[in-house]
Amino acid sequence: MKRLWNVFKQGIIYENPLLMLLIGLCSALAVTTNVSNGIGMGLAMTFVLLFSEIIISAFRKVIPNSIRMPIFIIVIAAFTTIIDYVMQAYFPELSKSMGVFIPLIVVNCIIMGRVEAFSYKKGVLDCVADSLGMGLGYTWVLVAIAAIRELLGNGTFAGIQVMPASYQPILFFTLSPGGFLVFALFISFNIWLKGRVGKARAGRDIVKEDAA
Amino acid sequence: MIKIFIIALLINNVVLMRYIALCSYIGMTSDVGQSVGMGFAVTFVTVLATAATWPLYHFVLVPLHLEFLKILVFILVIASLVQLVEYYLKKNVPGLYAAMGIYLPLITTNCAILAVTFENISNNYSFITSIVYAVGVSAGYLLAMILLAGVRIRIRNSTVPKFLQGTPILFVATSLIAISFMGFAGLIK
Repeated sequence: MKRLWNVFKQGIIYENPLLMLLIGLCSALAVTTNVSNGIGMGLAMTFVLLFSEIIISAFRKVIPNSIRMPIFIIVIAAFTTIIDYVMQAYFPELSKSMGVFIPLIVVNCIIMGRVEAFSYKKGVLDCVADSLGMGLGYTWVLVAIAAIRELLGNGTFAGIQVMPASYQPILFFTLSPGGFLVFALFISFNIWLKGRVGKARAGRDIVKEDAA
Repeated sequence: MIKIFIIALLINNVVLMRYIALCSYIGMTSDVGQSVGMGFAVTFVTVLATAATWPLYHFVLVPLHLEFLKILVFILVIASLVQLVEYYLKKNVPGLYAAMGIYLPLITTNCAILAVTFENISNNYSFITSIVYAVGVSAGYLLAMILLAGVRIRIRNSTVPKFLQGTPILFVATSLIAISFMGFAGLIK
């Protein structure tokens, strides 16, 4: 149980896919103009990640090494198709506002990366913990970015008016330059946070930040 | 037609305005030559992928009522297309292969290519329009790559505030480039 918990919490801060590993950026910025989009995208992503990891981990002993990549892609594409159609049927509004980014989950580096690096080697239970951790790590960053952008750019939170009526929305934040700026500050904050935590846990190995 | 091209190239720039293909945009722009190679490789494959997936969708998947296999089929087509192109260039056009061959395997999962093929379908573009759109989007990608690669050279020689060093400053620079691109919005009524 302790081991699963450790796997789970890796994804939330230390190996957070967006802030630490800097993968899966496209969808993270595009859908974060408001909070409900952020939550929707996070859940869709977690769904695909969870089931892809379970399936691949369950079949990892029979998947030949040389053709593993095409097989991974097929599995991921199947679950992406499912979530795409489910969202079109039950959340048509959400699906429309996210547009092409739902089908693009299939080429999201996070899923391919986790499947290749984790579930092809580990058991099913570990994979459930890993995918939920990664999914949650992805979702909280999405929601946090979306909250800042929606609050400043629109004066609302998940569609509910929060700012006083006299507040003049700063449109900049809902447009694309604002997204880049907020994300830059987010990474910066996280590097600082990691430095602080790293000092406190001196001696422990932490994923080395590479300036890419 | 020209309108679609200009919109895809400048007004709705794929990287700066729509956040597609950010991974390679940040990862592959550490020098100008590399970003140009990557940009042209993406252009090449995007146009080829459009030319392959559009007929496949309209003449195979639609008559068979298999539209739901779109995601699966497109990604496999693009992946195998990239492989074929790589082998073909290696054997027959070694000069071109030397220039952009190493980038080819990297772009199988480039979001821009897949996004273009999906959008051609969802916007109901004709074949010719699809090709124009593909060229426009990938030219926009190339432009953004070159711009950031240029900015990165300047960043290297200047003093960056400590808390923005590394990746954050790249996003700040991108944000500023994006602001300047917003000026193009009035270009087409």
